[in-house]
Amino acid sequence: MPLTVEDRQLVTPGDLLAEVDYKAGENTYSENDKIYASKIGIVGSRRNIVHVIALRGFYTPQVGDIVIGKVVDINLGGWVLDINSPYQAILFVSEVFERSFNPRKDELSEVFNIGDMILAKVSGFDRTRDPALTLRGRGLGKITHGRIIEMTSAKIPRLIGKKGSMIDMVKKGTGCQIAVGQNGRVLVRGKREEDVAFTIKIIRKVEEEAHTSGLTNRISELIKKEKM
Amino acid sequence: MVEGSQKKNLINKKGLRVDGRKPDELRSTKFEIGLLEKAMGSAYVEQGKNKIIAAVYGPRETHPRHLALQDRALLRCRYHMAPFSVEERKRPAPSRREIELSKVIGEALEPAVFVDLYPRASIDVFIEVLQSDGGSRCASISVASLALADAGIPLRDLVASCAAGKVDGEIVLDLNDDEDKLGEADLPVALMPQSESITLLQMDGNFSQKEFESAFNLALKGCGQIYDLQKQALKEKYSIKKEVLEDLEGEKEE
Amino acid sequence: MVDSSEIITNVMERRITKLLVQDKRLDGRGLTDYREIKVETGLIEKADGSALVSLGNTKVLVGIKVDVGEPYPDTPDEGVQTVNAELVPLASPVFEPGPPKEDAIELARVVDRGIRESKAIDVKKLCIIPGKKVYIVFIDVYVLDHDGNMIDASAMASIAALAISKIPVYEVKKNGEIEITTKKSLPLNDYPIAVTIAKIEDSLLVDPSLEEENMMDTRLTISLNNNNDICAIQKGGIGTLKKNDILNAANIAQKKAKEIRKIVKGK
Repeated sequence: MPLTVEDRQLVTPGDLLAEVDYKAGENTYSENDKIYASKIGIVGSRRNIVHVIALRGFYTPQVGDIVIGKVVDINLGGWVLDINSPYQAILFVSEVFERSFNPRKDELSEVFNIGDMILAKVSGFDRTRDPALTLRGRGLGKITHGRIIEMTSAKIPRLIGKKGSMIDMVKKGTGCQIAVGQNGRVLVRGKREEDVAFTIKIIRKVEEEAHTSGLTNRISELIKKEKM
Repeated sequence: MVEGSQKKNLINKKGLRVDGRKPDELRSTKFEIGLLEKAMGSAYVEQGKNKIIAAVYGPRETHPRHLALQDRALLRCRYHMAPFSVEERKRPAPSRREIELSKVIGEALEPAVFVDLYPRASIDVFIEVLQSDGGSRCASISVASLALADAGIPLRDLVASCAAGKVDGEIVLDLNDDEDKLGEADLPVALMPQSESITLLQMDGNFSQKEFESAFNLALKGCGQIYDLQKQALKEKYSIKKEVLEDLEGEKEE
Repeated sequence: MVDSSEIITNVMERRITKLLVQDKRLDGRGLTDYREIKVETGLIEKADGSALVSLGNTKVLVGIKVDVGEPYPDTPDEGVQTVNAELVPLASPVFEPGPPKEDAIELARVVDRGIRESKAIDVKKLCIIPGKKVYIVFIDVYVLDHDGNMIDASAMASIAALAISKIPVYEVKKNGEIEITTKKSLPLNDYPIAVTIAKIEDSLLVDPSLEEENMMDTRLTISLNNNNDICAIQKGGIGTLKKNDILNAANIAQKKAKEIRKIVKGK
């Protein structure tokens, strides 16, 4: 049985998407064997799962996500970070100090201070507590140089592309190092200021034209033109 | 309901109301989405002379912390009228009416929100009435619902709201300020149309059982019309032409 | 909304819903039965009128004070009615001291609407000097013990207190001064009654007890006048109602209002 709406149609919360036969995917919910949209977005289906690609949203942490956070508080347990989500994240002292150690507050601030930007990974998150971060991983830690921009987290998947195709193309084409946080923050580092500025321009373009066709080609053209 | 010392002819001989509307006609209504920069979601409505703006912040950390609910998000709603919004200047401090309306409007919106998904967080809804002309609580619910959708908060449905009433003995839809003040009854209703679930129901005035049923049905019809306008406004704001939409199948990172 | 209700245990919730399937309630009542209503009037001599209502274990005391003041500009020849409610801390472990919060404000406004919209107080008879001096009727609702359904108990106590209230009769002397001569009964035109119905799962039950209130989906309060016309409605709580719930509730309210009016008036 087909969807009750056309594929790739813009839907709004409460719109009926499918009856029977289908399972509720992202940004949908089911009630009495019917599936409805829960966010504004574009409906699609893969096999028998119907989902909505949200056009408006905010970042909800998932274990394994790479995020860029800003230290907003320090307490005896560790550092509290703003990761642009409904919940603040915690970086426990044990993530940084290997041995069992009882650091006083001012020693912690010497490692990471309020205002510092940290590239980290979400290591734990459930309904009863705020997300926990870890620094175990390549390149994770305090961000000391480069530019950080913020974009809608809903469009991050497009910036990364299928199997990283888009972001790899941009990295190669601009010669910049780019670390993409799932929480909508992107770190750009490059040898030349012009390269960094150009990279940011591309990222903004991807954000604006995220769901339009031919974007990959247009970005590729843009890079080619710049190189000339 | 304050009765004027002289009865106004609110419905003329042709059966039309003071502003020229038919008894079952909605005032001209226009929604605008996403007009504020800082708020996570926002919307604006002009319904008749009502001008109301709604903004949503959240889900975000709850402050003060001790108010947080362990198993779901705390939805807080503030309905507030600007001092210049009514004929006689209104003092800025929240009046008892605004406090009651904040409560009932919040209760009208919350059933639509999947609050269970964000334990310990807060969703704050701010409604500012810039100009008021009767039926502001209904317009507030409708516009706040759009602001929640604009914020990307998962919702079961939009909430559409409209009032019906009795004026010069006749059942009418969407009373303006004069009709509300001088009429005989006012019945605001809010509805999640998909499940036909009523989330707001208030009434003041005088209805026989039959009149109540009539007015109630008319208000529900009005809600349906508002719902269509809400969806239209969202589609206009967010549509992307089909031809231009790329094949998203392959792009989605599972 | 901040939940001001007590924590209800899962075990009790299950018992309540199981009983409801058989149209029974925790305290043995039927779905359309009110708890025992007791009314005592005139206990506060310093007030111009007073009534204490017990609805099951819920106790509400209403005191009436009549003063003289200026009328509202748009109703220069009418008296003024104002209702205030206090959920004082001694009434319940969940009430905190401080100025009235949204629950108290909603309670006051719902009670006010029932009286105002039924035109129970004849405000036209409360004018002393048009445009200058009218009677101000203060209705103060004091909840003393919260065991569910404060709204209905408050509405009963309010109208019972008004019914026995005495107001000073003012005479306007030749020099424009006013002087109290004697006392007369507060002019009353109607006897509005509020009926609150709670929805739990698919059942509608009148006069919810505290346990039922804490687990209900939502409540609907319908106020009716002597003529059985509907004067006020207030849905309260986060849940939703279907159209039929509302129409059924209106039917139930009509029947119950008549019964309750007899009981409250009779004392």
